[in-house]
Order: sequence, then C-alpha cells, then structure tokens
Amino acid sequence: MIPRHLQIAVGILLLAVLGMGFYAGRVRGRAKQPEAAADARPVAPPAQGPTERVTLYVANDAAGILRAQAAAIPLPSARQQRAEELLRALLDIYVSKDSPHPLAAGSEVRAVYLVDPGLAVIDLNAAFANGHRSGVLEEELTVTSLIQTLAANLPNTLRVKILVEGKERETLAGHADLSATYDTIAVSQLVAQMQ
Amino acid sequence: MRYFRQKAALGFHRDSSSRASVRLLILILIAAILPLHSTDEKHIMIYAPNVSFSLPITDRDGREYVSLLECVEPLGTVTTRTDGLHWRLHYNDGDSEFTAGKNRAKIRGHDVDFPGNFLLENGRGLVPLVSLGTLLPRMLGAPVSFNPVSRRLFVGNVATHLTAQLSHTTPPRLVMNFTAPVNPTIATEPGRLRMTFTREPLVAPGTPTLTFGDKAIPSATYAENNGVAELTVNGTVPLMASFSNDGRTITVAPTPQQPAGPAPGTPAAGGPPSAPSPANPAAPVPPSPRHYYAVVDPSHGGDDRGAALSDTLAEKDITLALARRLRQELESRGIPTLVLRDSDANLSVDERAIATNTAHSTIYIALHAASDGRGVRVYTALLPSGGENNGPFIAWDTAQERFVPLSKVAAQVVAAEFQRRQISVRSLQAPLRPLNNLTTAAIAVEAAPPGTDVMDLNLPAYQQNIASAIATGIAAVHNQLGVAP
Repeated sequence: MIPRHLQIAVGILLLAVLGMGFYAGRVRGRAKQPEAAADARPVAPPAQGPTERVTLYVANDAAGILRAQAAAIPLPSARQQRAEELLRALLDIYVSKDSPHPLAAGSEVRAVYLVDPGLAVIDLNAAFANGHRSGVLEEELTVTSLIQTLAANLPNTLRVKILVEGKERETLAGHADLSATYDTIAVSQLVAQMQ
Repeated sequence: MRYFRQKAALGFHRDSSSRASVRLLILILIAAILPLHSTDEKHIMIYAPNVSFSLPITDRDGREYVSLLECVEPLGTVTTRTDGLHWRLHYNDGDSEFTAGKNRAKIRGHDVDFPGNFLLENGRGLVPLVSLGTLLPRMLGAPVSFNPVSRRLFVGNVATHLTAQLSHTTPPRLVMNFTAPVNPTIATEPGRLRMTFTREPLVAPGTPTLTFGDKAIPSATYAENNGVAELTVNGTVPLMASFSNDGRTITVAPTPQQPAGPAPGTPAAGGPPSAPSPANPAAPVPPSPRHYYAVVDPSHGGDDRGAALSDTLAEKDITLALARRLRQELESRGIPTLVLRDSDANLSVDERAIATNTAHSTIYIALHAASDGRGVRVYTALLPSGGENNGPFIAWDTAQERFVPLSKVAAQVVAAEFQRRQISVRSLQAPLRPLNNLTTAAIAVEAAPPGTDVMDLNLPAYQQNIASAIATGIAAVHNQLGVAP
C-alpha cells in the first residue's frame, strides 16, 4: 500500500510536470512568433533635418537596370546618419506595394559605418538577406543599387563592404559575393554598362 | 545536506512500493524531456521494382514499430478497416487480419506468428520493424529481403550490384560498374570521396572493404545504416568522380592537376602562374593525364539547391542538365572538357576554383539558371577592391585580373552566337564567385526561360540550343584565346 502522503506528492508532481510541459509549449510558440514580427519593426526613428534632394539608384527588374531617381528626403547633418537615411529611403521604395524590385517584408539597413579613408560598411538585417530572391541578376541589382546610391550621394566613398547582422556572409542569396569589398568606381562603370 | 540524504534513504527503505512511485515519476519526467531533444529520426528505406520510399520508425515500449499501411500502400491497391480490436488490410487480391495486442495475424488465410505485438493507434496499424521480413513476403506474395540493422528492405529482385576494378594507369582510375543507373550524393573531404546512395537499392559487394594495393587509391569501404548505403573511396590525393554509361559507371580518379607554373599552351606562356589556393597552397601534384581545354561548372549542387525556380524545379538540376549537354557539344567539336560536378554533389566555390586552376584549362564556363527575365545573361567577373598581385604572388580575390580581357572576348563571342540564334542575350559583369579566383578566361552563363513559363527551362530543345550556342562560341573563340583545342 502506498502511503497517502506519497500518493499526494506524486499527484502534485505529475500536475507540475504537465503544467510545466504546457507552459514550455506556450513559451516555445511565443518565442517563434516575434521573429517575423520583429523583423518588420523599424530599427530607427524617422530622420530629422532639412529636406534635401538626393539621387537614388533604383533597381528595375523588368528592364534589368538601375534607374536614377530624384527624391527629397530629410537628412541629418552627421555623415553616417545621412548614409543610413539614404539607404532607408531606397529600401522604402523596394518594400512598397508597387516596387520595381521587391524585397522581403522587414528588409532593413541596420546601420552604415563610415570608416576613413573612403570605406563604407553597410549592415543589413537578416530579413533582407534571408528573404532575398536568388539569382545572379536579381542579387546584383540589389548590391549595385545600394553601393551606387551611397557613392553618388556621399563623395569620397571609395569602397563598400556589406555585412548581414554585423557578420560577413558569403553571398546575398546564393550568388552575389558579399565576402569581398566593392570598388565604387568599378560599380559605377557596371551601372553605366547596364543602361 | 547529509541530514536530508539520510532521511530520504530511510523513507525509501520504509516501503518498497514508494520506490516504484518515484521510479514512475522519474520515467514520466524523462519521457517529458526526451521529445524536446530528440532530433535523430530513424527511417526504413523500402526498394521495390518501380518505387523506392522512406518511412519513419516510431518507438513503442522500447521496440521499433512501423506503420504497415504505409509500407504497402505505394506497392499496390490497399484498403483498411478497423473493427474494435481487429484491423483488416486488403492488399491487391489478399486479406490480412491483425488484432491489437496480439502477435499472430491471419494472412491470406494462414496464421502467421511474428515477434512483438500488433498495435492499433487511431485506426493506424503498427507492426514491429523486425516482423516485416516475416509479414511482407506473405502479404505481397513476392520475395522480400530485409536487413533490420541497416533498415533496408528489398521487394523482389531489385538489388543493384556493384563491381569495382582499379586500373593501374598513371594516374590510377577506379572504375565502378553498377547493374542499374545510380545517382549518389558525392562529398569530398581530405583523404576520402564519399558516395551516399539513398534511393538506389545498392547492396554490399562481396566484402565490405575493397583493397586495391595502390598508393593513390588504396581502398574503398561499403557501409549501410538507417536506410542509406555509403561507399567511401579512400585516397592519398584529392579525388573526383565522373559518371558515364548513363549513370551505370562511376570512375574515381585523382583530381586533374599539373605542376605549378605556366601550363603548356596557355595564353601567356611564361605569363601568370596559377593562383595559390587557400586550401592547398603549394602541394606538389602529379602531371595531368589529359589537358582539358574547357572546364564546365554546373553551379550549386548537393545541399545548395540554388534558386527555387518553381515548386519542383531547382537551379542545381537545370545547371547539371545544361552542363552535361554542353560537355557533349564541346567534345563533339573536339574540345576536351572537364565537368566539375557530374552528380548532385556539394562543391564549395573555393573547391571549384582550385579544381579549375589546377586543371590549367583555357576557358571556364559557369552555368546558372534564373526564373526572372528572358533568354540568357553572359557574365564576366566584377573584381573586388584591393588584392594586389605582386609578381608570382597572386591575390586569391583578384586572380582573374590579368585574364579579364580574354574573358571579355569569350563572353562577346558567346553572346554573339546567342544573338545569331535569336536568343535574347545581355552581357554584364557580376560579383559572382569563383570567377574572380580563376587564372583562366572565365565566363558565367545564366539561363532564364525563353518565354513566360519557367518550366520551359527544362525543355530539352531549349537546353540543347543554349549548350550548342555556348559550344559554338567557344570553338569560334579559340584562336583569340591563343590556343587551339
């Protein structure tokens, strides 16, 4: 005969196990959900500063080229923030409904670091790279669009390195090389060649 | 602490039944925790004359079980019916009856005993894995060969046999002949080339270890586990596999290599030496048995599927099909061609670059496929910043620099051939590895569908036209590249 106090203890422990299992299941479910939601959140507050005219190099999938597009956006005075706002303005076009070169929802530029002499480091978020369509031309259009937009609006940008979530990545989505540092002059020539 | 331990021990001695309760509790806790960490799924692979399929194995009471319906459903017409504890299965023209908790079944009117009890879970009949060798021959009316240790089951005479023979040439070649076409996944690692046969009913050779008495390829071993057969060729030099005879023959040989220095007949004799590879800096290599004029690289492969062109079409499959056609077209024009990947193998871009540079070919052609756009795109390397080449020391990232003019000539001629055939074509530079790591003329061709339907990429006529255009362009450009094929 099992003593009564042990029966009660076993019963309580069983309930505790079941309760913990249920709780663990809910926590795991909850932990998975915010991943997608978090990616869609803006990573920085809206820029403040006088509106300036800039030139964005917008990829166009139908034509397979970059089109220079004038835009007026508020730009801060600090160089690094200007670089970030330029690329965020570009990405606003790509994630819009009628995007000529759709990127995945939640694609963001986390930061741009300007390292003298002439090196810009673009840090993209995971949603940008993980959700990017795979293909030589699609990926090339994205990479050159980012680089050319920076180079055209921030003189003295000679080289550009692209990171994803702060880390080096081999390719954007299986094709465009992200392990190397890009020469902005070579990219400008390529953009001209594309026209 | 000491006090609590003694007190607990006393408590346990007081009543042995309380020990059982604690054990039960521990078992429940383990059972609750284990599923969270269990990742290694067990499978059984079933090979039948027209179909091969894999089924999951579940554990019940420490014994391996498998769903009987799922075992026979792909093999014929099956219906099942549950009646209380009785479960009836009608397969083609025969009935089988099982009873939950019993180890005896009535199959085609005969009582059959099998090891372990039949389980009925939500109308799903589970039988012990080891009982399949007893049950299936009677249910199917066909001979069944089952290895419960490796979890591979063969229905009828479907086994694929293998013979291996080493040709003691220089370099040696291990020729493996199979009685049916095979398409294993091939992976290379230092000292071995591993072929994994998942769908092929490959059976063990006479002995699991084959010894060849050769220095470069001393042995090969056969093993099977969890529904998969694996053949590992051991080598003291980097090995590569090539397929022939419609997939019935696999030849394993050392990766073609030549001594460092200018290759005979390369565009600039005495010009740029080969780039040192990060993985294999300056290893002495045996002379190549054959000079390949062209290297064809079907991009992606293995775990890297490339672009998902459709739900069913992966880029890696299109590039492989194109590569095989291109090799045929090039060789029919007298151009010796090396295809870097002739199966669904994993190859890193560095490995592709190393194989190409050591082959000292005159032209490298990477093949890609895309769903966007129309026609084809022909690319040359967009070189990255930096990477100065100083004399014989060539930077890996910009090894292509001195060959860019030749690459552009090749790209122009190939693009012109596409235009001549009225295939829409664009010529561009692209930041696409391994183009920038190659010490030879190098281009990449990305094939998009001819029209709006991406599945047209799979059309043999379209693939043949693309392959033929590239081959014609390469054959036409050989004078400008400076070497006759």
